Amino acid sequence: MTTTGFLTDSTLCIGCKACEVACKEWNDVPDDGFLWSGLSYDNTLTLGASSWRHVKFVEHQPRTGCGGNAPGHSTWQFSSDVCKHCGNAGCLEACPTGSIVRTEFGSVYVQPDVCNGCGYCVVACPFGVIDRRPDDGRAFKCTFCYDRQKAGMEPACAKACPTGSILFGDLDKLQRRGEERVEQLHAAGMDDASLYNPTDTSVGGIHAMFLIRGDSRAYNLPPKPEVPTTLLPRAWTAAGIGAAAMVIGSLAAFAMCGSGRSAKR
Amino acid sequence: MPGLGTTFGRGGATTAQQDLANADAILIMGSSMAENHPVGFQWVIEAREKSGAKIIHVDPRFNRTSAMADYWLPLRAGSDIVFLGAMINYTLANDRWFRDYVIPYTNASTILREDFVDTEDLGGLFSGWDPEKKQYDSETWLYDGASAKSEGTQPGMHENSGGHGKDRSGEAQNLDHPRRDETLQHPRCVFQVMKRHFARYTPRMVEEVCGIPAERFIEVADIFTAASGREKTAAICYAVGWTQHSTGVQTIRAAAILQLLLGNIGRPGGGIMALRGHASIQGSTDIPTLYDILPGYLPMPMHDAESAGDLAAYIKKNRSPKGWWYNLDKYIVSLLKAYYGDAATPENDFGFEWLPRLTGDHSYFGYWLDMADGALEGLFVMGQNPAVGSPNGKLERKALTKLKWLVVRDLVETETATFWKKEEDCDTEVFFFPAASHVEKAGTFTNTQRMLQWREQAVEPPGEARSELSFMIELGKMMKARATELNRDAPLRALAWDYADDDADQVLREIHGKSRDGAIKHFGELKNDGSTSCGCWIYSGVYDGENKALKREPRGRYGHGWGYAWPLDRRILYNRASAAPDGTPWSERKKLVWWDEAKGEWGGDDIPDFTRGKRPDFAGDESRGGDEALRGDAPFIMHPDGVGWLWVASGLKDGPLPSHYEPLESNLPNAVHPRQQSNPASNRMERPDNAYASSPDARFPYVLTTYRLTEHHTSGAMSRTLSHLAELQPELFAEISPELAKEVGVANGDVIKISSARAEIEARALVTGRMPSLDVQGRRVHQVGLPYHFGGNGLVTGDVVNDLLAISEEPNVRIMEAKALTCDVRRKC
Amino acid sequence: MLAELLLKWPLIRQLVNGGDGTGVEAMSDTTKALRPKNEGANVARSICPYCAVGCGQLVYHRDGKVVSIEGDPASPISRGHLCPKGADSFQLVTHDARVTRVKYRAPRSREWIELPLAQAMEMVADRAWKTRERTFTESKDGKPVMQCTGMAHLGGATLDNEENYLIKKLFTAGLGMVCVSNQARI
Repeated sequence: MTTTGFLTDSTLCIGCKACEVACKEWNDVPDDGFLWSGLSYDNTLTLGASSWRHVKFVEHQPRTGCGGNAPGHSTWQFSSDVCKHCGNAGCLEACPTGSIVRTEFGSVYVQPDVCNGCGYCVVACPFGVIDRRPDDGRAFKCTFCYDRQKAGMEPACAKACPTGSILFGDLDKLQRRGEERVEQLHAAGMDDASLYNPTDTSVGGIHAMFLIRGDSRAYNLPPKPEVPTTLLPRAWTAAGIGAAAMVIGSLAAFAMCGSGRSAKR
Repeated sequence: MPGLGTTFGRGGATTAQQDLANADAILIMGSSMAENHPVGFQWVIEAREKSGAKIIHVDPRFNRTSAMADYWLPLRAGSDIVFLGAMINYTLANDRWFRDYVIPYTNASTILREDFVDTEDLGGLFSGWDPEKKQYDSETWLYDGASAKSEGTQPGMHENSGGHGKDRSGEAQNLDHPRRDETLQHPRCVFQVMKRHFARYTPRMVEEVCGIPAERFIEVADIFTAASGREKTAAICYAVGWTQHSTGVQTIRAAAILQLLLGNIGRPGGGIMALRGHASIQGSTDIPTLYDILPGYLPMPMHDAESAGDLAAYIKKNRSPKGWWYNLDKYIVSLLKAYYGDAATPENDFGFEWLPRLTGDHSYFGYWLDMADGALEGLFVMGQNPAVGSPNGKLERKALTKLKWLVVRDLVETETATFWKKEEDCDTEVFFFPAASHVEKAGTFTNTQRMLQWREQAVEPPGEARSELSFMIELGKMMKARATELNRDAPLRALAWDYADDDADQVLREIHGKSRDGAIKHFGELKNDGSTSCGCWIYSGVYDGENKALKREPRGRYGHGWGYAWPLDRRILYNRASAAPDGTPWSERKKLVWWDEAKGEWGGDDIPDFTRGKRPDFAGDESRGGDEALRGDAPFIMHPDGVGWLWVASGLKDGPLPSHYEPLESNLPNAVHPRQQSNPASNRMERPDNAYASSPDARFPYVLTTYRLTEHHTSGAMSRTLSHLAELQPELFAEISPELAKEVGVANGDVIKISSARAEIEARALVTGRMPSLDVQGRRVHQVGLPYHFGGNGLVTGDVVNDLLAISEEPNVRIMEAKALTCDVRRKC
Repeated sequence: MLAELLLKWPLIRQLVNGGDGTGVEAMSDTTKALRPKNEGANVARSICPYCAVGCGQLVYHRDGKVVSIEGDPASPISRGHLCPKGADSFQLVTHDARVTRVKYRAPRSREWIELPLAQAMEMVADRAWKTRERTFTESKDGKPVMQCTGMAHLGGATLDNEENYLIKKLFTAGLGMVCVSNQARI
């Protein structure tokens, strides 16, 4: 299976929130409350257990004559945030129940039938993505439409997106496409365009990349995200091997008693 | 759509959404396309990304469309004609017009009568104004030498008529053999008159009236006009941000004039995209649920004491000797046959006498005010929610209390269905019938580019929900069963009503038509002798052998094979104009339809909107009628002279050319015509329960404009009840500038009161620089923006913004002014 | 039996397969069996009911119930995309606030009552008929006008062409109603 990814291009996003709704429709995600925020047109505010896509609205003072595609000045930027499906996923590594798994597409998937709602993953996410649903207790986040991908279908958000702002496909190809797009935007005078994909930190690159203008922090994207459990995998593995050795030892002893052959060893 | 109808001949978008991707520049004005037509907007993005087309957005607010545009110009709501007039003036003054296109393809060279007097010389009025009747006599607007009409009023000028019927352009009798001066030097030729008319619309005037700095205007005018010509084309997109003004039709006219001058009509990447807001709003004018037209833009017959009132008189009045409307007799007779079947015979005028006559203003607002005065007993409302969605909501709701009975059909209990919960003493009986949704019935929608698309039925409607089709079929049977032998019931007895329950396919076949001998291919086979029937001639062709609206095999540039665009699956209207008069494409880059000498016919990437075998050098056979009288270089085939009308000699009630007037409520004087403040021909319908602010009015110092949000749909009946949409925009807000917020002492998120001469509502303040205050005529003008989706029912509720509006009628289509009025804002204590 | 059980233990699998225990080997049976909910469903080709762009929709349905609604990638207009409203179409046709019974409010009543559909149709037909009888005008100035101004119709821009056709045909050409209108004005 090839590793798949998202490339979300904020310079093509019209802030329509089709991704948010398509996601909820397909995945049967409940509403996230009916509170008006007063922050631009953003009433979703953050990713969470019941918001797996979130269109961020970044507002600056407009200038007459200057539309949002003008090179020098961006007034109202939109970008659809989503789980990054990190190369080294904090949530996955923190999960003690084996609920969170990495799929054959390289995405990070929470198994709702396994999750026991312990919440260790919530604090382990460097992007603040995964969250527990208050009424249910279990943790939820973007599934990367694992069910759809298994049948060769693209995720619901990418399919709905009217302007091609959310692209889905082979991760390596998207990476190249993102880099080309940055070059294209630079050539058009948008010097502040960049591809967000922190490969040089402990998250080890992300499977949902973002093409943004200006400071990544304006899009809720930390410049240097780190996985808090970065050293844990080795620890878990070591512990696991120790525990397994013990169990196998006991089982072996148990089996030997039965057969009487192993006593010689 | 008389703005487009009178200029080009048909009341529909001239282009297809996909074709926007071929544009070199796109002006979006009177629309926030990215917000309200997001999926259509992908073609604008494609133009921007693939060919570097410049996107220009002119709008009072910096909204989601501006955020995707290259240029955004904020203008004062209600000043659009000044902007467009200045674009026209810029095009003429800087020689940017497409001479080789304009001279053969428009009426620029046509000479006008000597007694026409322009607004320039009459203080803002055109000649022919009757101050007592408050309407124009359009006789002086005619072409020089045209014979005045012998009887009655000018076509389209009848006081009872609406604008839709004039889409027929049946003004023909007066326009025969116009005198022309192809050098365009004659002082009374359209070109010269127009040049003089628009001379006042300068960049300085734009700055003065619209609040757009002159240099910014010039920059954008240069870009748009430079992206037009042989090698390039530019498109214009608009929506109700233009229409819902007391000068709405003339605003669209101004855009149509600009596109004709630049040679952008009928060509790839050009045209005017009218963006419509409901799934089949184009369809509901084509096959109208409107008072003033019959299917296919045939006018409803008017009661006219002077006319004989029979079919012959109707045909004489509305048929053109030249151009496509020559065929009107075939279409009306075939319609009558579809309506009355075997009962329609040559002897009884095919039942023409059974059609009701218009005797007054039976338009929506006309009858609604009658209703408020107790003159109506009953009302059917189907898929509309006037208690929230219509102007002066208080009056709308009050009128409902005066009914004896009301039938509402919808998916949910709309505010219209439950108005009585706040009017408990009212005597109105209310019936609510649950409707079938779009997946629970089969049928066609006609989209914004005139394309019919059939929907298959997926599941049965739940419970007692039924389609409107089923409801109407059943009701029709019940009414026919009640018909007596009285003359009154003759039409009902005659009505052909042999429908199987819920069979939309059968109805579509009736719309397509048939002949006594069997199937027909399209409207070209219709006859005036009663041997054919056809429910809507412009749709005839949709069921040629198979249901073409269900076709899902798109091919080629314009997706032919997917759906069916009227007429005859032509995707770009007037596409004969994509070739030069000699039949060759204007350029390789912009070729679409051209003359193929070898085959002896027109061909190309679209179906020619032209008689296929008519040679480009055909001189027109004056001895014959109709299309054969038109020349081979006459692309606007609906018009009797075959050209696009820069000048509309007959058919509009408020002038042959657009002229700026202030909105009905405005605190600024009309800087263009100081003696004429507002559109003289518009109807204010003023009464105590539909009061107006004076102009100016210190009580209402701010400009108010209304709009839609992506996350909601019109009155909210299809969005406020749905959690996934309601949560995205859960509360009513008013967008105001930081400057206005400071002036009224309001912080972001505060609850504010917004009041007009009709009502006061509450909303949360959304303080944003995206709603700029402007410098206009030496004053600081603050504008308030309100989305109108909220009402009392649903998961999220809010005050009804439309309560603030007045009911008024633009003279041609009788639409209210929702996009520019005056208001006050204060903090809720 | 025991060996099978043991092999399901992620830890054992990790050791056997050389994985880190967080991959496919750690998936539950439910996860492994996961398939798209519309797989194998019937498909109706449809069009979005909101604005007039005319986006293609595919309505997936099974056993008389709608399963999901998505954009139709074959549409030359929408290319499979939908806006938030179009993307919410499944909720539009399935949400709880949809009314499925006929309701009636008597004069001065403070509440709805439910009526059988057939009875409600009869009542509406009676009222419309009586209004027509009372308000029909056959002629004016000695000329036929054949009109009924006592009742009106509103709506059509959200309906199908076939429905609008029957509304105009019955109301105007059959009953003589001239007060017929809808949202269309652009």
